[in-house]
Amino acid sequence: MPEMTYLEAIRDGLREAMRHDPRVFVIGEDIGTHGGAFGITQGFLEEFGAERVIDAPLAEAANVGAGIGAAVMGMRPVVELQFADFVTDAFTQVVNVAAKFHWRTGAALPLVLRMPYGGDVKGGPFHSQCMEAWFVHTPGLKVVAPAFPEDAKGLLLAAIRDPNPVMYFEHKHLYRYQRAEVPTGEYLTPIGRARVVRDGTSLSVFSYGWMLHKCLAAADAIGGDGIAPEVIDLRSLAPLDREAILASVRKTGKALIVHEANRTGGVGGEIAALIGEEAFDSLDGPVVRLASEDTPVPHSPVLEAAFQPQIPEIADAIRRLAAY
Amino acid sequence: MGAIQATPAAGEALAPNDLLQMLYYMRLQRAVEDRGVKLYYQGRIPGAYFTGWGHEAIAVGATYALGPRDLLAPMHRDLAAYIMRGIPVRRVFAQFLDREGGLTRGRDGNIHMGDPRLGIFPFISHMAASLPVAAGMALACRQRGEDRVVLTFFGDGASSTGAWHEGVNFAAVLRLPVVLVLENNQYAYSTPLNRQTACRAFVDKAVGYGIPGVAVDGNDILAVYRAARDAVGRARGGGGPSLIECTTMRVRGHSEADRYAYVPKALLEQWEARDPITLFERRLRAEGHLTPEADRAMQERIAAEIEEGLAWAEASPEPAADSVAEGVYAEDGDE
Repeated sequence: MPEMTYLEAIRDGLREAMRHDPRVFVIGEDIGTHGGAFGITQGFLEEFGAERVIDAPLAEAANVGAGIGAAVMGMRPVVELQFADFVTDAFTQVVNVAAKFHWRTGAALPLVLRMPYGGDVKGGPFHSQCMEAWFVHTPGLKVVAPAFPEDAKGLLLAAIRDPNPVMYFEHKHLYRYQRAEVPTGEYLTPIGRARVVRDGTSLSVFSYGWMLHKCLAAADAIGGDGIAPEVIDLRSLAPLDREAILASVRKTGKALIVHEANRTGGVGGEIAALIGEEAFDSLDGPVVRLASEDTPVPHSPVLEAAFQPQIPEIADAIRRLAAY
Repeated sequence: MGAIQATPAAGEALAPNDLLQMLYYMRLQRAVEDRGVKLYYQGRIPGAYFTGWGHEAIAVGATYALGPRDLLAPMHRDLAAYIMRGIPVRRVFAQFLDREGGLTRGRDGNIHMGDPRLGIFPFISHMAASLPVAAGMALACRQRGEDRVVLTFFGDGASSTGAWHEGVNFAAVLRLPVVLVLENNQYAYSTPLNRQTACRAFVDKAVGYGIPGVAVDGNDILAVYRAARDAVGRARGGGGPSLIECTTMRVRGHSEADRYAYVPKALLEQWEARDPITLFERRLRAEGHLTPEADRAMQERIAAEIEEGLAWAEASPEPAADSVAEGVYAEDGDE
């Protein structure tokens, strides 16, 4: 198996889909000649031509709306939002046109929005947001957020195959964070399925995206203290893998939820409620959330470090909860 | 580019049968909506009720210019367009009544309906939201080498939205086969034209996007038809989108709940004297196409369709309460 970065895995998955399905095409700003702001679609224009690699005007509502129209016609568009933050300009198209389409008509809407999101890229309040919870709160959308190169490819291919609009949140800080083995060819990570990344018995740690890696580092930092955290990569946020979450909590009796999105109204609250409603009898301690402050994402590295959950803070929370 | 005037009738290819068919669809829209208004005041239609009273020449004239495989992204004053492209009257009534037999099976109401299988994209409440979608439908056709055209309707108010500007610009830049029909009916709910645009006419906006624009009398169905036919031909030939401003008047409220006291009486009277159906009837009678027999047969046919359609809709069940959580997501393999 070849080793790839997360960024290369996204590119590999996209190219794989476009080579094998003529219905798949990409559209977005600066994705053709320039190859994309992050270089995901480098070489695509040369390989697939201008009708399948479409340099679009600076107009998110138009680009997402056009993706919807093409999907209605049976194409499989992948719309690149240059930064996930810009999806606000396409909000009506996403939550009112796309999300409600199948419910109103009974017809499929196979649309993927690629959403480069997240912080630790010195991007500030308009290039770093984690807005996945907005879309988790919108019936009709699926929301995925891979943490590893393998899933970056597998979830992208699954999203392209899915007959529903899928918000594919790719974390910018993870683009070149690691190299790892990625299966060749058409490789699918099922949407709606979490993965136990690290087996444990002391408590369950639920996370996704960049924070998942911080949780793993925190678990490593603790090793030897007699604490064995189970770390679970949620991978899909809508639908959530309820069974995997509940099974882990029933095993460990404790839950820590860590996400980079703002705390209030975040996905963590939903997971905590799920555990409270369905696994209350298994709990041996409070369900704990660690999330970013309820502020916009600050630009200063000093402030951003204070804004986001950090490894020592996660390790502390693991220790405290394990000792509870 | 810029505003050009619609050409006169020269070279028109409409046969007498086409003219009668156009009148039939105009009358059918009026008849369905007339019954809809009655149902609304009887309290049998849940929620709001909207009509396209006075807009029939635009809906029918423009839609009549489409070819069999062309596509439609209509709005809420274009009922005839939905019917002309294949939605049966009975399902329209079932939609109004929120029944299982409606296009959205009670999930959405009134004229928020469509049928992707018939190439009709369902309108939503957010004005001009369908415009970028229409561009995407046209894009898909071109990518597949299909020479289909997408016709989309919107109002004067819609032309103030970001979706409108983004969508028109997108279609223009990509030279997509889209026909943009602006129904200037003088008011967006209560907002008059001078609070909607500083342009002399909406058609002037075409210049800003580098596309042809034409202004026509929206109550003259043949003028609308000719402009649409030219625009459809240009789109199909690779000439990109065109804007057609059709001037008319919304002679009822925004919805039936709106008493429209804000509309000057004189303005209403002026436009009511120019009812598009009456104008067309007069012309067809004068030209000998609408004989008393043909007229009566058409009226009887429409009356029967209304009765049959409404009976079917009323026999259609209410959606099952226990189906409320169904259908949010498509399943694997759904098209």
